[in-house]
Amino acid sequence: MAQVILFNVTNGLIIGAFYVLMALGLSLILNLSNVINFAHGNFLALGGYLAFTLSPVLGYWGALLVSPLLTALIGLAVERLMVRRIYNRDPVYSLLLTFGLAFVMQDAARYIWGPNGLPLGLPDVLSQPITQELFFVTWYRVFMVAIVIVSVAGLFAFLRYTRVGLRIRAGTFDLETVATLGINVRNLRTFNFAVGCMLAGLSGVLAAGQIGLNPNMGDDLLMPSFIAIIVGGVGSLIGTLFGGLLIGMAAALTTVVYPSASEAVIYAILMAVLLLRPRGLVGEEGMMS
Amino acid sequence: MSTAVVAAKRSEKESEIGGFSPGRRVVMLVAIWGALLTAPFWLPLLGGYTALAGRVLVFGLAAMGLNLLLGFTGVLSFGHAAYFGLGAYGAGLTLRYLVHSTPLAILAGTLFGGLAGTLFGLLIVRRRGVYFAMCTIAFGQLWYYLAYSWNSFTGGFDGLRDFHREAIGWAPLRLDIESNGTAFYFFLLAVFAVAVALMGFLLRSPFGRTLIAIRENERRARFLGIPIERHIWLSFSISCFFTALAGTLYALLNNFADPMALHYSLSGYFVVMTVIGGMRTFWGPLLGAAVFVILQDYISSMTVNWMSFIGAIFIFVVLFFPRGLLGTRRRAAA
Repeated sequence: MAQVILFNVTNGLIIGAFYVLMALGLSLILNLSNVINFAHGNFLALGGYLAFTLSPVLGYWGALLVSPLLTALIGLAVERLMVRRIYNRDPVYSLLLTFGLAFVMQDAARYIWGPNGLPLGLPDVLSQPITQELFFVTWYRVFMVAIVIVSVAGLFAFLRYTRVGLRIRAGTFDLETVATLGINVRNLRTFNFAVGCMLAGLSGVLAAGQIGLNPNMGDDLLMPSFIAIIVGGVGSLIGTLFGGLLIGMAAALTTVVYPSASEAVIYAILMAVLLLRPRGLVGEEGMMS
Repeated sequence: MSTAVVAAKRSEKESEIGGFSPGRRVVMLVAIWGALLTAPFWLPLLGGYTALAGRVLVFGLAAMGLNLLLGFTGVLSFGHAAYFGLGAYGAGLTLRYLVHSTPLAILAGTLFGGLAGTLFGLLIVRRRGVYFAMCTIAFGQLWYYLAYSWNSFTGGFDGLRDFHREAIGWAPLRLDIESNGTAFYFFLLAVFAVAVALMGFLLRSPFGRTLIAIRENERRARFLGIPIERHIWLSFSISCFFTALAGTLYALLNNFADPMALHYSLSGYFVVMTVIGGMRTFWGPLLGAAVFVILQDYISSMTVNWMSFIGAIFIFVVLFFPRGLLGTRRRAAA
């Protein structure tokens, strides 16, 4: 029993880590640009597929490094060409745009890499279990969690200690004032969008090593990420972090008791938060309205 | 006339439901109802089929229901498929497990979907903009997930089968909508007409005018003492009822309800139909639904990459055609 629980706790941690990476990217874009990026799951898949294509050339480690950056570049292009045109319009347009983009990207992935699942090969070091007793904990799982921790810490440090990070945080609260102070808000938003896509690309590479690749691999992560953002509190990245971990853990632990309710529990948490604490666990009053 | 008066007159005219001059409105109404009433006769000549016209009516009604909220109250829901699907499942489950009656199935499904929306509306009525949209998406997916995983009751991924619409009325006045597709189309049209008349009546009433006032300037409406939250909640609920009604008709049309009727991508379709036709016009969503349904039918029969085309339509509409068919016409006239 202890092993079962431990197994599901590590599972929860890993699922939660994916939710966190995905939701942080979404949250960054939502906070600064007021855009819900429906295509975020497709940027995740894109990151994974790029790693699949690049790893024969660059090796796994090279692909791990390069494909999130490439995803960010593509995100940057998408923002420049399309998303930035609708910033000043009714939010309905941004939703429709990213929604259509998600369709196109998913179909493109299916067209280029085929509709069937593909594996992403891992280096031998990572596919070993850490001990005989904990056979279900491979080094890869430890590695994934470590990467997520490092990148989340890096993101928060970046937002906290760099000038650009400061501007992004300020823009979240009052974009107009930031613009008035002479900061190029357009470039700031483009950069921010690219950073969000990079996080998605990174989680795509990591997820591909665990569950393999398929054109709609990001879809299952999209809805929990929305819920993580609402539960944590819109406008707060720390909230998104906790929200993601919370629902990942809750889903995994429910699996121990009653497997088929693991998704229901995520929605139960959502309803409870909307009912009892509408601004979210860490959210600021008024951020959601 | 001073320019101020002209501007006031124009804005008065533009806020008219539909936004057309009276003469044009009559022409448009005749054209719309004429086309709908004769659809089973001319559609096959153009290579269509009667069920396709039925689908236009059903999705048109759903999109018009959504537009009550989106276009006339200015609140964005991206989760209306939930209420559409709940209506469909409500009708299907009623026919399968409870009673073999088409009117009762419609009633049960509409109440089911509408009340779910009414209750959920209470939770999110203070949210605005994308956050409102996000809550509606997440909540909508709850129902998708439920229908998907409750296999024994809802049929799971394969959908709910083993039910069919029943003929209505009794012996001399019996309308065989069960097997006669054309009869069923006219039944759909009758329900559609009643629903649309009700919707038009609501929008012309002081209540509807208040919704438009909220859309135009929420803060000013609040200063005038209008209870904003209550109106948005009512608008959301009413719009859910109309969409749920459309959902019940969808289940009857196909004799089938599947989880995709609850999925957020269908919500996206409703929104894009509304935008294609023109968000701020009364008939726009119906026109948008016609365009979208026919395009989708055509594209999915032509290519396996239909998703790219549908996605491209979304992007195209947003970037180059944001005002929609009737919206552009109105601007050209103004």
